[in-house]
Amino acid sequence: MASKYAITVKNLKKSYGDTEVLKGISLNIERGTMLALLGPNGAGKTTTVRILSTLLKYDSGNVAVEGHDVSKQPDAVRSVIGLTGQSAAVDEMLTGRENLVMMGELYRLTRRSAKARAEELLADFDLVEAANRPLKTYSGGMRRRLDLAVSLIATPPIIFLDEPTTGLDPRSRMAMWDIITELKQKGTTILLTTQYLEEADQLADQIVVIDGGKVIAEGTAKDLKAKIGNDRLELTFATKKSYDRACEVIGNDTVESDPKERTIAVLIRDTDQDVASAIARIHGANLKIQSIAIHKPTLDDVFLSVTGKSGKEKN
Amino acid sequence: MATTLEFSKRPKWASSLNDSLVMIRRSSTHIVRNTDQLIGTFFQPIMFLVLFTAVFNAVGMALPDGVSYINFIMAGIIIQTVAFGSTTTAIAVCNDLQKGIIDRFRSLPMSDTAVLTGHVVSDVFRNAISTAVMLIAGLAFGFRPNASLADWLAIIGLIVLFTLAFSWMAAIMGVLAKSVEGVQWMTFVIVFPLTFASSAFVPAETMVSWLQPFAMNQPITQVIEAIRALMIGTPIGDYGVNSVLWCLGILVVSVPLATVLFKRKTTS
Repeated sequence: MASKYAITVKNLKKSYGDTEVLKGISLNIERGTMLALLGPNGAGKTTTVRILSTLLKYDSGNVAVEGHDVSKQPDAVRSVIGLTGQSAAVDEMLTGRENLVMMGELYRLTRRSAKARAEELLADFDLVEAANRPLKTYSGGMRRRLDLAVSLIATPPIIFLDEPTTGLDPRSRMAMWDIITELKQKGTTILLTTQYLEEADQLADQIVVIDGGKVIAEGTAKDLKAKIGNDRLELTFATKKSYDRACEVIGNDTVESDPKERTIAVLIRDTDQDVASAIARIHGANLKIQSIAIHKPTLDDVFLSVTGKSGKEKN
Repeated sequence: MATTLEFSKRPKWASSLNDSLVMIRRSSTHIVRNTDQLIGTFFQPIMFLVLFTAVFNAVGMALPDGVSYINFIMAGIIIQTVAFGSTTTAIAVCNDLQKGIIDRFRSLPMSDTAVLTGHVVSDVFRNAISTAVMLIAGLAFGFRPNASLADWLAIIGLIVLFTLAFSWMAAIMGVLAKSVEGVQWMTFVIVFPLTFASSAFVPAETMVSWLQPFAMNQPITQVIEAIRALMIGTPIGDYGVNSVLWCLGILVVSVPLATVLFKRKTTS
């Protein structure tokens, strides 16, 4: 019987020697949705993905992918998943096309089908021109795209994306986000790991925050944001005088003020209204703003609000 | 998703065989694309041939009547090249294990050993090129074999068997080593004494007495003497049987051992 969950993880534990890396992770991913596993380096994100993709044994707990127990039926699991890891898992000496066809055949596609599918993916991922070049000549962004294309060669219903945009330049990151969004629209179940709150926010239906091998928060991006507060507008003034005057003008809408840096922070609940009204008031008082910044809540803010300490402090 | 995917409906053993073929194609492509290594494959045998025949020229005097040094050394130099060449398998396996690609292979529903099989079998192809180059160069330098067609087939069979045995052994080192430098060190310590303390370049009887028992009975000497006998008609004695038994023995141990160690390393 098909349950509505493509992936179920219950009380998953894993230790390396005396170090407990996963201290009882539980999560469920509904079929056709995307879950983001959010956490800092060393939180246990990659370990979790490696266990789910049959690469790593675990100590205790229950892990099922499409109803198959990962420890007892690894081959059944492998035929329904695609994995894109942190280090591009492609062959440097082979061309993009050769990589795709090779992996297709290893996924047990017929050679003809693997070739046809490879052409389709090269076109979808904008890699047709580079198709006959060895991978070692690819840029970082191209390599990631090919790596993801390789995971999709047999259109598996479940995809694991382990920090797919870490180390990419902003443009390549955007391109990757587009690809991932499209993948989701096609009904693929996706588990994404990331260190960026923004990425989880943009892409995922559900976010699970882990730290030190434990789930510390979970919910939709909206739920989490409600917990950690909204975006803030930060205004910095050139002189102490204009800063003091600005404090009066903004009044109760100030959420934080720093006389030393001459900076005032205003909470943004509604981007259009709140930003415009704050600027208009400053403008009306004839004050000169030195700089304006929008501060988006970061992973660090999540930690601050959930654990009461910053992620950086602990590391 | 315009195309519909066709999955092959082979039985499990045929799928595993196909995985190996796919991986053999991969490793062979590596050999062709790795220009530095390819140049080595062509020139190293020629260099060894020229160096050894020139340096050990005087050894000719210690040889059995009528055997020229180039005729004597040919079998030795072929096997020495194969033995040293097995390092390539070890390095290739070690490289794969250190890169992300091994995670990809492990997350696919493919046969576990296909990665190793690919490297080992492509090693046979590379050695075939080296051996052919060496034989042609040898003929130019005065090598005059008197082997029949049946002898040549036996020689080819023995070289292939020896390559497989040594490459599987090298695969174990590739799995065990923690770095490519480690691989080179490991193979050096094993391959160097085995090839030089053999009858590859000088007859074992001319070595210091404490080394002779080892030199006369170790596997490389058996294989070299068998090939030498088939090539130039020296007495074959037990060398033929012994060399085949040694190679099969090494395979029986190293194939399962390499496989088990490889699996353990990739699912810790």
